[in-house]
Amino acid sequence: MKCDFCDTKASVFLTQLVEGQMKKVSLCETCAKERGVTDPTGFSLADLLLGGISGELGGMIGGHQPAGGGKVCQACGFTLEDLRRVRRFGCAECYTLFREEITPMLRGMHKGASHVGKVPEGLMALQFKHQRLQDLRSRLEQAVTAENYEEAAGLRDEIHSLALP
Amino acid sequence: MMRFSTLIKNPADWMTGGAAAHGAVLTSRIRLARNLRRQPFPGWAKREQRALALELMRPSVEALSVMKDAFSQELSDLSSVQKQVLVERHLVSREHAARSEGSAVVIERRQSFSFMLNEEDHLRMQAIRPGLQLSSAFEALSALDTELETTLEFAFDPTLGYLTTCPTNLGTGLRASVMLHLPGLVLSDQIGQVLQAVGKIGLAVRGLYGEGTESLGHLYQISNQSTLGESEETIIRRLERVIGQVAEHEQNAREKLLEDDPEMVADKIGRAFGVLRHAHIIDSKEALNHLSLLRLGGTLGFFPADTILLCDSLLMDIQPAHLQLHAVRKLSPEERDAIRAQIIRSRLQNLQSSDTCTPSAGEPPSSSQPANPPDEL
Ligand SMILES: [Zn+2]
Ligand SMILES: [Zn+2]
Repeated sequence: MKCDFCDTKASVFLTQLVEGQMKKVSLCETCAKERGVTDPTGFSLADLLLGGISGELGGMIGGHQPAGGGKVCQACGFTLEDLRRVRRFGCAECYTLFREEITPMLRGMHKGASHVGKVPEGLMALQFKHQRLQDLRSRLEQAVTAENYEEAAGLRDEIHSLALP
Repeated sequence: MMRFSTLIKNPADWMTGGAAAHGAVLTSRIRLARNLRRQPFPGWAKREQRALALELMRPSVEALSVMKDAFSQELSDLSSVQKQVLVERHLVSREHAARSEGSAVVIERRQSFSFMLNEEDHLRMQAIRPGLQLSSAFEALSALDTELETTLEFAFDPTLGYLTTCPTNLGTGLRASVMLHLPGLVLSDQIGQVLQAVGKIGLAVRGLYGEGTESLGHLYQISNQSTLGESEETIIRRLERVIGQVAEHEQNAREKLLEDDPEMVADKIGRAFGVLRHAHIIDSKEALNHLSLLRLGGTLGFFPADTILLCDSLLMDIQPAHLQLHAVRKLSPEERDAIRAQIIRSRLQNLQSSDTCTPSAGEPPSSSQPANPPDEL
């Protein structure tokens, strides 16, 4: 049997159940090592599929059109063409730039499309701050409308202190 | 700082406890992937950017309270055998072991926590526990993650969660996995069915060694695949529930085998013990399969209960790099097979099976034998 990624004789055979489907992949020693198949802990078939044998993304980045409309990440210089080669993204900013292209491929990979779970604590404080600012601003507006200038002044001070970095 | 020899001299904490309570569940592991917000991911970063990321992370990781007197090394400073030993102990991934300059590993002294720096992601942190303890392992690791957040800014997006190099890890960045010993399901030919059912609910199952359902040593790993769209607690709770069911199936299969064909079971286990006890040349495939049966014998009462731990530590110590470390030199495959057999014989020399080797006939065998401590090399 031949390797699914090159024409060398396959020596690593992998059967994995993905969403109830039995998927079989054969690899040669070199490709198996390269793709981390030898490490049962780090390996997932989805990673392998991302490498370009099939799947939604495989079709997307394997086409003739330049994927991602030729966009280049300003932070790290990554293009979607690079995804085919390195099978990984370049930096955190890439996810903002290629959001549209990434979203459909998440469907086959994950239970949902938006994060549920742990949020960094610093960020939580930031979100809380935003909410508090919004709240203070609307109260300020109301105070001004009601010509309650004393309260408005106090609110302004509080907004000012919160808005400082 | 801790030396490599000191770190490895002792078995890991998770190798020496909990097995008695969960014969089918060997270890629980939690891995979290995190990246620095303003640095390119390691695989895409230039050399000096990787070095900078490492410089930013390493002091924070080393400053964690659990990492007091930890083992901390750049991979370029480790020999290939040392790296391989860490892989065999599940303390670094095979991919990480292949790296050198600009990547590092920080390992807690009892080997319960291991942090890989500049792996595929900037930070891959891992907690390992004996038995089925995913929740407590996650809580402990998550606390360390929170501690790191006070000094490191991680890449996070409100919709996509923690941003990872590979989109398969987005969201929680969590991989929870459990290593299982399932000889009962294999011998009773139910393993395919059970694994198929597990796969249907979106969990990944793989043999630890070898291919498909024919895993060497009857060792399997079950882990979550999806990381986005569910909370850590949901992912872990589902996994724990499924593992509990698989362990129950395994237990039932063992009891049924013993009930239906006690002679066959006793014969298989007895032969495995005979080979392990007397072989002078044994390759890892043969050793794994016989140790699996011996371990089964321990859980069924053919051997003293501490046989389970004896087998678990042998499973670790007969791996190629561990053998080379033990021999303090490079070994040819033939030499390895001989040293492997020698280690196994020596550890098993005080182990005795019950007279009849059949628990159904006469006294319960586990109580008829004094528990022998494993003979440490
Ligand atoms: Zn190949
Ligand atoms: Zn980028």
